[in-house]
Amino acid sequence: MAIEARNICKTFGDFAALDKVDLTVGDGELVALLGPSGSGKTTLLRIIAGLEYADAGRVLIDGVEASRMHARERNVGFVFQHYALFKHMTVFDNVAFGLRVRPRPVRPPPAEITERVMALLKLVHLDKFHDRYPSQLSGGQRQRVALARSLAVEPKLLLLDEPFGALDAKVRKELRRWLRRLHDDIHITSIFVTHDQEEAMEVSDRVVVMNHGRIEQVGTPEQVYHQPTNGFVYDFLGNYNEFVGWKDENGDVHLAEDDLWEAQQQAAPSPVLTSRPHWLSRYPELTNAIRKVIPGLPLPTQAASNRAFAKMTRSQMRALLAERGIPVRVFARPHEMFITKTPDDAHEYIPVDVIHINPAGSLAKIELQRKNGTILQAEVPKTIIDSLAIKRGDHVFVRPKNVRVFE
Amino acid sequence: MTSILATALYKLKKPSIIPGFGLTLAFTLFYLGVIVIIPLSGLFVTAATLNAAQFWQAVTSERVLHAYKISFGLSLAAALINCFFGLILAWILARYRFPFKKIIDAMVDLPFALPTAVAGIALTALYAPHGWVGRYLEPLGIKIAFTPLGILIALLFVGLPFIVRTVEPILQDADRELEEAAISLGATRWQTFCRVIFPGIVPALLTGFAMAFARGLGEYGSVIFIAGNIPKLSEIVPLVIVIKLEQYDYAGATAIACVMLVASFVLLFLINWLQKYRSITSGWKGKA
Amino acid sequence: MRRSPTSESLWMRALLMAVGLGFMAVLVLLPMAAVFAEAFRHGWVAYRNALEDPLALAAVRLTLLVAAIAVPLNVVFGLAASWAIAKFDFIGKRLLITFIDLPFSVSPVISGLIYVLLFGSGSLLGDWLSDHDVQIIFAVPGLVIATMFVTFPFVARELIPLMEEQGTEEEEAAIMLGANGWRTFFSVTLPNIKWGLLYGVLLCNARAMGEFGAVSVVSGHIRGLTNTIPLHVEILYNEYNFVAAFAVASILTLLAVVTLLLKSLIEFKFAPEIRAQKG
Repeated sequence: MAIEARNICKTFGDFAALDKVDLTVGDGELVALLGPSGSGKTTLLRIIAGLEYADAGRVLIDGVEASRMHARERNVGFVFQHYALFKHMTVFDNVAFGLRVRPRPVRPPPAEITERVMALLKLVHLDKFHDRYPSQLSGGQRQRVALARSLAVEPKLLLLDEPFGALDAKVRKELRRWLRRLHDDIHITSIFVTHDQEEAMEVSDRVVVMNHGRIEQVGTPEQVYHQPTNGFVYDFLGNYNEFVGWKDENGDVHLAEDDLWEAQQQAAPSPVLTSRPHWLSRYPELTNAIRKVIPGLPLPTQAASNRAFAKMTRSQMRALLAERGIPVRVFARPHEMFITKTPDDAHEYIPVDVIHINPAGSLAKIELQRKNGTILQAEVPKTIIDSLAIKRGDHVFVRPKNVRVFE
Repeated sequence: MTSILATALYKLKKPSIIPGFGLTLAFTLFYLGVIVIIPLSGLFVTAATLNAAQFWQAVTSERVLHAYKISFGLSLAAALINCFFGLILAWILARYRFPFKKIIDAMVDLPFALPTAVAGIALTALYAPHGWVGRYLEPLGIKIAFTPLGILIALLFVGLPFIVRTVEPILQDADRELEEAAISLGATRWQTFCRVIFPGIVPALLTGFAMAFARGLGEYGSVIFIAGNIPKLSEIVPLVIVIKLEQYDYAGATAIACVMLVASFVLLFLINWLQKYRSITSGWKGKA
Repeated sequence: MRRSPTSESLWMRALLMAVGLGFMAVLVLLPMAAVFAEAFRHGWVAYRNALEDPLALAAVRLTLLVAAIAVPLNVVFGLAASWAIAKFDFIGKRLLITFIDLPFSVSPVISGLIYVLLFGSGSLLGDWLSDHDVQIIFAVPGLVIATMFVTFPFVARELIPLMEEQGTEEEEAAIMLGANGWRTFFSVTLPNIKWGLLYGVLLCNARAMGEFGAVSVVSGHIRGLTNTIPLHVEILYNEYNFVAAFAVASILTLLAVVTLLLKSLIEFKFAPEIRAQKG
């Protein structure tokens, strides 16, 4: 069953939950709707299911207009975050419910119902629990019953609303893998909603990233992670470090920070911060550093210019930078950070203190604190940590190897 | 040795740093003792002074037997009818929005707050042959006032709030997701109600029913004006007790009162057991 | 506006509303209207005369007196019982709650009867009482005690679930900070339960003023002395003095309506606070 949602709009009072959303899901695909709370993903799912009606726009199921179709006619299986199992019915009765409420002409005979229900329960590994009540099951088991129940009516479309949200981490991981395998077996078109990007990436064929009622990007997990189209998508999928930078006329990007460190440091009798202009006149080699930040800046040649430079305050300096370039946000993933104890002069480095090392795993996670107090995260192979003999409290230098820039 | 004692004491009452247990419990028990326990025991003690034959004769005289039939039969009927209409009222109050809903909701408690005597004369005024409603029914041959039908109406009046008030909160708190699950599985609205919603409210409905029934059994003020009070025809048990009192037949009154009290206790314990059962199965929230 | 997928069809909703509201209107609202209509049948003057009748006024005074004694005592009981039940865990709690619910299952006639048997002449304590010239039955104390029996659960029933839901943490915190029991009660517990307490008092009062069956058995119907408003209504009605009966009855009807409106007004105005108090 292929689903198409066109131009869906929905408001609740003043709150615009969905704003002209278009979505296409191919037959047999497993798609994740990913976004923070309030992004509209659950609303979109419920509109597709028929549990809500859109204010504008259409839903097409296999090319047929479905917007007026009642939920029970859409042949959709819906799995709720809190399972919504019928408390007073056994597991068996819960799963059999959809078959038993069919109108008499289409209702299967009791023997067939039993057969189908037990087959499904076997599929979810709960056949031995068929006469238990939901209150006697664990969270993971209940969710499997809910899944079996929705599959019993042989839906063409499976919709899951944060299905693993109420479970603890280990169970969540197990069920995730299990869902993926199930989908590989039965190839039912499925859409599931989640705010956990790891889940979306691991399970789905395609990810739909949503925010504030709009779709930000649609693509394979690979695409949305490595080729995000905007800052929100980058931010939402994975950790990152953020810096302030400037893009100059040539399109080069530079980090313009308070505490850029240059290798010429040894020539200076005291720590240098390039944004302190009055040093410039005394240490001409530092102007080279400035030039790297803003190429094309006229070198101060004479004492007069030096003095002019020297009189510039930090903010004037920054204003100059701002004039020359476009402020940008610069992002780098933790595993794209390069750490060293001996910075070379070919690049700009940031001096940091190591405040925490988490050695678990082959990639050690390090937390670094900058002079201005913000924390950077780096993921570095353990071998490098060992060879550099980095430990807590050390002063090291870090630079982003690979940056992404969003304006 | 002391640990056994300690465990026993712990089972009696869990220790707590909050003061006042002794004082408040003592006062509560004293109050209950003076107001309730002692007088009730007085009743049973007095009843015990009768010998078995007297007792039996008092509680099974023909007049009294008819009164039982009237009281129990009509209370049961009224409670059942109230289950039906009370459920509908609870449904619309819990789920629908309409103008003046808050006022209607408050008025459901009217039979609870209104003095029974006032209800009695008002109902009589309405359903007597020349009353507001009675005058339309009289030509049709339907007599309400001064017949068992009138008693039924009065019992309907006093019992309604019990059903509505016990069922309404359950319906309000009910988890809509269960209903959504049912319809996504293909159930019609009626099937959803019968198979999913109704089983969840049965305990509350039963509790309300038992309360309405108990109230109906003992009701006096609202019934005696409209009832007609003809012995063996439209006489309720509480009235029989009062008449016996006025005739100074304390023994007879006491005997009949004992029978009624037994019925009251049975219902009382049933109600409390139902409420305990409900709180154990944590109501009906569906977050299974 | 399209109906939500989980609700009934339009005609079903209309039918349910018609049936439910129709039932309410006929059964509950009509009698109320009847009281006032009958009271004013002979006009405003007759109404006023009925209310100014000295016997009626005596009945009003007596009713107020009985309520003024019974209600505060019941409030104290309610507070004590709910404190013991909600803040502590002990054996027999369930049984205690069952006993508190007792008056709701017992016929008001029996509620009066038990006091007649206990205090009436020729009874267990009757002789002792008449020796000491103390009159309980057929006198005001009898009325008070019978009213107390019938109405004592109201405050307790309102407070117990409320206090149970609020738990014991705040009180425990206060004790740990050094407050004694009374201080904890007045500063911590009481503010939390004030709305529940108010409801309980309102209902208790309405019922105390309106009690008929129990009081009827105990009172002896001595006009001017042991007749409360409901009893006076009965007497007037039995004398076929309908207008006066309804006129006096209208006082209590008004009281009931005001009680309910007050209750829903408070619920409406202070809804967020009340919800917060429910913990």
